[in-house]
Amino acid sequence: MNGGASEDFGARLSFDRSEPGRRAVDVPRWDGELAAFPDARLLREGVRLPELSQPGLVRYYTALSQRNYGVDSGTYPLGSCTMKYNPKVNEAIAALPGFADAHPLAPAEDVQGTLEVLHGLQRALAAITGMAAVSLAPAAGAQGELAGILMVKRALEQRGELARRRRVLVPDSAHGTNPATAAMAGFEVTQIPSQTDGSMDDDVLARELDDTVAALMVTVPNTLGLWEHGIEDIARQAHEAGALMYGDGANLNAVLGRVRFGDLGFDVVHLNLHKSFSTPHGGGGPGAGPVCCTAELAPYLPAPVVEAREGAFVLARPERSIGQMQQFHGSVGVLLRAYAYIRALGLEGLRAVSENAVLNANYLWRLVREHYDLPYGGPVLHEVVFSGSRQRREHSVRTYDIAKRLIDYGFHPPTVYFPLIVDEALMIEPTETESRESVEALAAALVAIAEEAEAHPELLHEAPVTAPLGRLDETAAARRPVLRWQPAEA
Amino acid sequence: MDIRDGLRYTHEHEWIRLEADEGVIGISDYAQEELGDVVYVALPNLGTRLVAGQRFGEIESVKTVSELFAPATGEVTAVNEALEEHPELVNESPFDDGWLVTIVLTDPTELESLLDAAAYRAELPAAD
Repeated sequence: MNGGASEDFGARLSFDRSEPGRRAVDVPRWDGELAAFPDARLLREGVRLPELSQPGLVRYYTALSQRNYGVDSGTYPLGSCTMKYNPKVNEAIAALPGFADAHPLAPAEDVQGTLEVLHGLQRALAAITGMAAVSLAPAAGAQGELAGILMVKRALEQRGELARRRRVLVPDSAHGTNPATAAMAGFEVTQIPSQTDGSMDDDVLARELDDTVAALMVTVPNTLGLWEHGIEDIARQAHEAGALMYGDGANLNAVLGRVRFGDLGFDVVHLNLHKSFSTPHGGGGPGAGPVCCTAELAPYLPAPVVEAREGAFVLARPERSIGQMQQFHGSVGVLLRAYAYIRALGLEGLRAVSENAVLNANYLWRLVREHYDLPYGGPVLHEVVFSGSRQRREHSVRTYDIAKRLIDYGFHPPTVYFPLIVDEALMIEPTETESRESVEALAAALVAIAEEAEAHPELLHEAPVTAPLGRLDETAAARRPVLRWQPAEA
Repeated sequence: MDIRDGLRYTHEHEWIRLEADEGVIGISDYAQEELGDVVYVALPNLGTRLVAGQRFGEIESVKTVSELFAPATGEVTAVNEALEEHPELVNESPFDDGWLVTIVLTDPTELESLLDAAAYRAELPAAD
C-alpha cells in the first residue's frame, strides 16, 4: 500500500502503514561475536515501531510536507506573529560550516568569528532600539520578557524599594504574555483599560501610578496595531512615580528604523528577532528574544553577553546578572540570520520594512472596510484588527467560520479571538513581504466571504470544504484529547 | 438568550440563586454564548472561602480562558463534579445542570448589591 501515502495526503500515520517484516534498509547479518549488552535491564521487548519500506516512508513524509502551509507556500497573515518571508541568503549564511559546526563549549579563541557576529548584533540592536546594552541570551520573546522583568526586580532590590513596589501595570491591549511574565516574576498585575481610541485610559493610569508600582509594561504599538499616543508623557509620569518602563518590542515591525524605545523613555525592552528580523518561526521556534536596556540596568542583563576586550571577543557575565536563562549562548542560528538580515538591509532597508508593513495593513483595511467593522478605528500600523460582530449579528456567521473559509480560498487564516478587547476579533498582519497583488487577493477573498456570509451562511459553517480534512471538532479535541497513537485491536 | 428571573447577577456575568441558606453559583447564558464551547472548568475545593468580587476559579473555552468572580462571600459546600467529565453542561444548561458551586452565604444582604434580571438585561448589548 505504498501508493496510498499520496492518495490520503498522509492522513494515515506511519503506524497504520506498517507491515510486519518490511524494512527501509537491509542491515547485513553479523556473523562475528556478539558483545554482551552492558545492562539487560535497559532492553525492552515487543517495542511497537512502524515497519515501512523506503519508498513507503519517503512518500509518507513527502505527503505530510505537501499538506504543510508555510510562508513559502502563500500569504500567511497571522496577526501578531509577523509571518514575513525569510530570505534564503540568511539560511546559507547560518549554514556556513564555521558557524554551524561550532561547538557551544568551544573556547572563545576558537570561535572569534561567531562572537564577532554576536557582538555586532548586540551593537546593531542597541542602535535600533536606542538602548545602551543588549543581551542576546533569551531563547524567545517570553523569555526575554521574563529576563527584563527580573532585571527590573533586581534593580528595585538594589534601590531598596522591592518590598514596597509589588505591582506591575499592564494595559488590556498588551500581549497576553505581559501579565503572565509579571506574575511569574512574583508581581501583582493591575490591568489598565483601553479608551475608545485604543490607547490607555489616562485617568486610570494616573490613579494607579503610585509608589507601589514596580513597572509599567507597554506593548508598542499595541495589539490593536495602534500607536500608544503620549507614550513619552506616560514614561515621564511612570519615572516620576519611581516606576520603570518595560517595552514589549514584539511589534517592532511597525516602527523599525523610525522609532527608538530609548528615545521614548523605556528602561528595558525585548525584541522578537524571529518576527521582526525574519527567521523561520512557524511551528513554535526556535526563536530569539534579546533584551535591551539602559546603562542603569546593564549590570543585571542575563549572561552571557559578548564583550570586546583587547582586540578579542569574550563571553562575559554582567556584574550583577540575573543569571543565565538557558544553557550556552542563546539561539545562535537565529541570531546569525537576524544579523545577516540587518546587514543586508541597512537603515534604509529597515525603514522600508516598516513603511511597507504599515502600507500593506492599511491598503488591506481600505479594500475591505465596507465589509468588516474596525472597532477602534484606523488608520492602523502593521496590523489591522477587524471585528466579525456584524456577520455574527446579522447572519449567525462567526469569526471562526470566516477564518475556516479563508482556507478554501487558499490563505492561512489570520489570528482570531485576540486581542480579547475586540469582539469576534480577526487580526490580520500582511507584513511587508506580501506584494500588492497578494494583498489584493487576500482582500478579495475577505470581501467574497463577507458576501457569502449574507447570501449563503451555511457555506461558511461547513468550511473548509477543499482541505484534505474538513471542519475539525476542536471542542472534542480539547475536551477529550487523544494524545498518542493506539494500536487497533487485532 | 435566556435571562432568568429570580436570580442575582454580577457585572462579570455570574449568577447566584438562593436555595434555603445556600447560594448556587453559575455563569449566565450570555456568558456561555460569548465564551463558546467550554472545555474545562477549574473550581475551588470544598470548604474554600469565596470573597465577593474576588476570583474563585477559571473557565476555559475553545476561544479563551476567563476568570470566575464570586458574586458573594461564603464557604463552598458543593462543587459540580459532573463538569469534570462534561464541561459542555455549562453551555447546554447554564442555569441548571451547568451550575458551578454552592456556598453558605456569610451575609445574605450582600445579594442586594447585585443586579436583578432586569438590570442585568439592561447591561447586555441590545443586538443579541
